[in-house]
Amino acid sequence: MTHVSVAKDSVPAADELVVLSSVNKHFGALHVLQDIDLTITRGEVLVVIGPSGSGKSTLCRTINRLETIDSGSITIDGKALPAEGKALARLRADVGMVFQSFNLFAHKTVLENVTLGQLKVRRTDKKAAEKKARELLDRVGVASQADKYPAQLSGGQQQRVAIARALAMGPKVMLFDEPTSALDPEMINEVLEVMQQLARDGMTMVVVTHEMGFARSAANRVVFMADGRIVEEATPDQFFSNPRSDRAKDFLSKILHH
Amino acid sequence: MFDFLDGYDVLGAFWKTIQLTFFSAVGSLIWGTLLAAMRVSPVPLMRGFGTVYVNVVRNIPLSVIIVFTSLGLADVFSVTMGAGGDVATLAFRLSVLGLTAYTSAFVCEAVRSGINTVHLGQAEAARAIGLNFFQVLTLIVLPQAFRAVIGPLANVLIALTKNTTVAAAIGVAEAAYLMKKMIENEAQTILIGLVFAFGFVVLTLPMGLFLNWLGKRLAVKR
Repeated sequence: MTHVSVAKDSVPAADELVVLSSVNKHFGALHVLQDIDLTITRGEVLVVIGPSGSGKSTLCRTINRLETIDSGSITIDGKALPAEGKALARLRADVGMVFQSFNLFAHKTVLENVTLGQLKVRRTDKKAAEKKARELLDRVGVASQADKYPAQLSGGQQQRVAIARALAMGPKVMLFDEPTSALDPEMINEVLEVMQQLARDGMTMVVVTHEMGFARSAANRVVFMADGRIVEEATPDQFFSNPRSDRAKDFLSKILHH
Repeated sequence: MFDFLDGYDVLGAFWKTIQLTFFSAVGSLIWGTLLAAMRVSPVPLMRGFGTVYVNVVRNIPLSVIIVFTSLGLADVFSVTMGAGGDVATLAFRLSVLGLTAYTSAFVCEAVRSGINTVHLGQAEAARAIGLNFFQVLTLIVLPQAFRAVIGPLANVLIALTKNTTVAAAIGVAEAAYLMKKMIENEAQTILIGLVFAFGFVVLTLPMGLFLNWLGKRLAVKR
């Protein structure tokens, strides 16, 4: 240390990319997110696991404001999440999102799906956008499908295109909302492999998943949620071999021993 | 057998019908789509306006709307529609205005039902890559919505074509206007009726067949 550090809460640490503090959200009477405090550092792979209805998908969706929050704050790269309009759209462009149901644009080809954001949001010229799109499609292993429509692809292929579509925006962080839950078992690995590669390349990732194998091998940190609260935060090794809370022990005993 | 047609410009009258249909169709597709966009917009005022407009306009008889454009807009409020005192042009433009206002309500509801067929995830994915509300609507939602409602829109356009006959009420010299005149002057009333019925079928049948074909061709596979 050669210089004196400034007061910690006036300047966010350079490696804090996403910060949620005291986030609360209700769906009617249901308190789905209760006082969530969570910091995701740059380059980190955070895996969120927990039983159905624990609020983990909602948590993921609040980070790019597909779900609004009732109280608390969320900042991305030091900037508070804007409420509406252009500023919010600009922020969303920097936050990649991969959905459980892929959500590829059904009336556009695979290539158009990956170029659309570049052309309309980033204002990239068409040639450069297509070049980047083809590189990304190659990277996720679906380059040969570029001119097909989403409905002509398998689920695993569609999800890999969806990852390419998100990457095309050059996001600071990628959110994965149960990316393999809608896939046939034999297609899960092809998607997980792409995500593993992404993690190795240093992408900051928030992954909501039921894939414990992925959590073990790719995560830097595991967050266990139940009933709208973060019950436990640990490294994957600690969490899977020695969970502290009863709730986590119960959950793990149900999914790991059968 | 068709001597009674001599001296009457039947084709000219149908040409007027086609013109009325064309301009009203273009107008109501644009205004109806804008109304549908208002009805799904996040702005309460726009949603409210769209809802009130549709529910008021579609429940008023078209003849009342057309007569109002003439007796109300033109005679009372002196709206000239840029016709420069030419009575026939004024009546034509007022009819297009009335037909557009009326048909838009039905176009709006057809398009809105199309919007409802588009999976919510499509709009979410579009927002997630940073598209704004207008882009989400015009690039992702409406293109898929239109493909889903080409069939219902064909119904609306066929109804519009036949509804243009109401313009006769304010003196637009279209097909129904001529038919009425011929029935007054000629003896072959049934034949006259058949000729005009045939004329409308010739206009609307290909329209329906073409749009059905287009709907199948453009259907979005899911």
